[in-house]
Amino acid sequence: MSSTSTATLRADTIAVPHEIIVAGVGLVADPAGALFLEAEALLVLADLHLEKGSSYAARRVFLPPYDTAATLARVTRLVAHYAPRAVIALGDSFHDRRAAERIHGADVESLRALQAGRQWIWIAGNHDPDPPAGLGGEACGEFRSGPLVFRHEPCEGASPGEIAGHLHPVARVVTARGSLRRRCFASDGERCVMPAFGAFAGGLNLRDVAFSRLFGSRVPNAHVLGRDRVYPVAARHCFGD
Amino acid sequence: MPVEFVDWFATRGWSPREHQLALLARAQAGESALLVAPTGAGKTLAGFLPSLVELAAMAAGPRNAPGGPGLHTLYISPLKALAVDVARNLEIPAAEMNLRLRIETRTGDTSASKRQRQRRDPPQILLTTPEQLALLLASPDSHTLFATLRRVVLDELHATVTSKRGDLLALDLARLRAIAPGMTSVGLSATVRDPDELRRYLVGQHGGKPHMAALVTAPPGAAADLSMLDTSERLPWAGHGAGHAIGEIYERIKAARTALVFVNTRAQAEAIFQQLWRINDDNLAIALHHGSLDASQRRRVEEAMAQGLLKAVVCTSTLDLGIDWGAVDLVINVGAPKGASRLLQRIGRANHRLDEPSRAVLIPSNRFEVLECRAAIDAANEGAQDSPLARAGALDVMCQHILGMACASPFDADALYEEVRSAEPYAATPRETFDAALDFVATGGYALRTYDRFAKIRRNADGLWRIANPAVAQAYRMNVGTIVESDVLKVRLVRGRVEARPAAVPAAPTRFGTLYAPTRLAGGREPGKAYTGPLSRGGRVLGEIEEYFLETLAPGDTFLFGGEILALRGIVENEALVSRARSDTPKVPSYAGGKFPLSTYLAARVRRILSDPELWKKLPTQVAEWLDLQTHRSLLPRAGDLLVETFPRGGRHYLVAYPFEGRLAHQTLGMLLTRRMERLGLKPMGFVANEYALAVWSVSDVGARAAKGLVSMDELFAVDMLGDDLEEWLQESALMKRTFRQCAVISGLIERRFPGKEKSGRQVTMSTDLVYDVLRRHQPDHILLQAARDDAATGLLDLARLSDMLARVQGRIIHRDLDRVSPLAVPVMLEIGREPVYGQAQDEILADAAEILVEEAS
Repeated sequence: MSSTSTATLRADTIAVPHEIIVAGVGLVADPAGALFLEAEALLVLADLHLEKGSSYAARRVFLPPYDTAATLARVTRLVAHYAPRAVIALGDSFHDRRAAERIHGADVESLRALQAGRQWIWIAGNHDPDPPAGLGGEACGEFRSGPLVFRHEPCEGASPGEIAGHLHPVARVVTARGSLRRRCFASDGERCVMPAFGAFAGGLNLRDVAFSRLFGSRVPNAHVLGRDRVYPVAARHCFGD
Repeated sequence: MPVEFVDWFATRGWSPREHQLALLARAQAGESALLVAPTGAGKTLAGFLPSLVELAAMAAGPRNAPGGPGLHTLYISPLKALAVDVARNLEIPAAEMNLRLRIETRTGDTSASKRQRQRRDPPQILLTTPEQLALLLASPDSHTLFATLRRVVLDELHATVTSKRGDLLALDLARLRAIAPGMTSVGLSATVRDPDELRRYLVGQHGGKPHMAALVTAPPGAAADLSMLDTSERLPWAGHGAGHAIGEIYERIKAARTALVFVNTRAQAEAIFQQLWRINDDNLAIALHHGSLDASQRRRVEEAMAQGLLKAVVCTSTLDLGIDWGAVDLVINVGAPKGASRLLQRIGRANHRLDEPSRAVLIPSNRFEVLECRAAIDAANEGAQDSPLARAGALDVMCQHILGMACASPFDADALYEEVRSAEPYAATPRETFDAALDFVATGGYALRTYDRFAKIRRNADGLWRIANPAVAQAYRMNVGTIVESDVLKVRLVRGRVEARPAAVPAAPTRFGTLYAPTRLAGGREPGKAYTGPLSRGGRVLGEIEEYFLETLAPGDTFLFGGEILALRGIVENEALVSRARSDTPKVPSYAGGKFPLSTYLAARVRRILSDPELWKKLPTQVAEWLDLQTHRSLLPRAGDLLVETFPRGGRHYLVAYPFEGRLAHQTLGMLLTRRMERLGLKPMGFVANEYALAVWSVSDVGARAAKGLVSMDELFAVDMLGDDLEEWLQESALMKRTFRQCAVISGLIERRFPGKEKSGRQVTMSTDLVYDVLRRHQPDHILLQAARDDAATGLLDLARLSDMLARVQGRIIHRDLDRVSPLAVPVMLEIGREPVYGQAQDEILADAAEILVEEAS
């Protein structure tokens, strides 16, 4: 029983490529919940929330201390597949300011291995406003690439091209066959809110007022994470919880 | 028996019954005992008689204990209301014999000041619930409080022991025995199949031969007068509404003094109540009672019932147990009885007097239920009971108990282990399991030991385990108990923005009209598109409703609740906002199956009826003809065989199996069978399950392939499907995740609420699902996963039963390849479209939704 076991991840997770277009730029949306900008070989991940499990321990709620390992194992698979030149972690990469003190040695090793030979950017988030000490990478408030701007918290009225996290969108999809609730990308073509990537990160329903405030009358489509592909679903088919 | 007691019986015009005296003799000999008696046999008085006699003697003797004699007798009831009622009844003999006793209750409703006083200065007799007992035992003063305890009376023991509450109670009993070694216990039970199980439960086990309490059996009451409605209407093929019989039910209510109308689910209760009021031209006082209704509403119905103001109550299992209502002279059981013991319990609710027979009529709501009703009536007439499911004590409950014991006082692990094992459900617990539970309580039980410095309990230099600080005890108190409500949302009535409130009921002239009558509806338009965004809050709370039920509804959909047709307006935080709707046809969500699957015993009897045409003579003609037709078109299996039919219909190929093992086991079977069919290239597309059968449809013609010897039914239904397929499926199963959540809450992994911060069930669901996924991958042998698997075996997945069935039918599968649907298959085929269809992967839902988008775009 080791914390580094990654056995059960499916080999077929990355199958049908699905593209989300933001401000005219096409990005590959991976069903694991990442974006890949092919031209720049840039892999983007939002809201890793590393060490969320251990953050409850001080309150004596003992969640399994394996969420960091589980999250990094999924990042490792994506990095192996896309071989990115740079990885952007879009903020809230660490669940709290003291996460770096608690992270397990084996997980630090995994992180180092991921960073080796590529640029690694920690965007500041509200959970982790300061760059993590001793965990490599470079820190910044936001990152630009062509028309795209990558930041943690989406801004109301931002100009087209914003790619952000923070809101943890999930969609509840209802059809005649039934109903399910999954993480999703939310995009109206001008901006994109990415799903949370962290193993213990919860979700906020797309119908929440936070999204309508952000997108206004431009109702976003949900790009819902399925088992082996991303499914675009019209907002009308997404329901409140 | 002392003379004052003999006199008291005499003034009442009674003489003590034999079993009451026998129980007294046992108690006076210092023995624990189980009393098995039918309803109306004076069980409660029998249970308390030894205590009253002893307390009377103590009161007469010299008082030596300063500040009162202390707690003498503890009474534990599964129902708060029952504890209150019994206390009231007990006051009568105590007062009439001038025993000067203090008899008090302690429930969730007891005020904080009274609770404190009860600890300081306990009454001689305290009536309470298992949860309250657990709380008392987890306090530092438990050793002084219970030191004087002489007797514990456990009421409705047959109902408590089969659940996790029973496990908790068993552990608490073990602690009571440790504190007050001279204490004896008395169990009160309805008739059960195996009294020995309860007899072991009542006393401490210490390895080797099981110890048992003495057994006292009261003579059975008068035989019940049981009948099945032989409807003059056409019996439906499927469904659970019993709408066909509503007029006949109404007539029976009218002819009775007071009737209890039992149904199996809340949805059924709502539907029957609504339909009865629709034809209630006599304005009979008919009320509704189920667990989702607001508590004050339920209390009002119970009080009206106690005062004899009601003609009938439509109710669910919420009234299976409980207070005696003398006026009830008829029990109407709508739908399938599900188990012989449950039916007997419900029948016993009519005429709580031994010498008069209970009168009950069963109303089957479809053809298969006719068979089940027949089997149940035969069983009841023979006095046959279901065999209880033997189960080991739940691990999550043990975890909770260990923490509670640490809150009480520092403990030695060896001693606590011995104490836990003295409780019957935990008698076989290996030391490693106990240690794993201890480790879980201390730091979460993870192989990766990162939480040691935050430990909840620690072993100190003196070798004793104690809590780290008082906050741990506080958190324990917030989370005690084994009842985890399913995720519920409050149902709050808001004023509709678009729809005006419909004309209220043409006010019923009786005083019950306003209280109990549902809103009668003025027919008309669909409220479907009424959702208009932000809603005003602040209306009345009507009750609570399970979240999974709401998942099947979209805003604007209508449903029955509290006897009214409501439209869902939206969900805000943990509240479902609804408005009254104008609709005569509420959308009926999937019948949630009921909480009780068809019992194994009754299932066997149903199979026997099917296999023996001689027994059909006792069935309604319509049903006998249906079965007869089945023998011509296909066949009826012998009692031990499993019939599997295959036939084409509407371009699909169907496979229908008839295991009669209940919906839960059939759903699990369907999941596993379709996986196997998928692997064999049979291209299954979906399945539905009901209590009796399972129907799978596929692209491939399974029947033709079987005829050519390309597929073997024996292989399809081979027991080994419970291996890897099961493991893989459990990984994703929502039922498994729900099971895990319960274990997480009971064990204390997740707090019901964080101190000072209400955490709604909805958020908990989210996080425990994620926790389950991660834990499964990284520590599959964790104690909570083990606890969840144990629960799955008997709970929502009913694996134990499925496994027994698969083993039983090996080599006994009878396959019929037909050219069209068989008569027996019709009911389950009709479920298609009403019941959720289970596909291969949930992703198909997404594929559907995505396709719609594509179609619109092109």
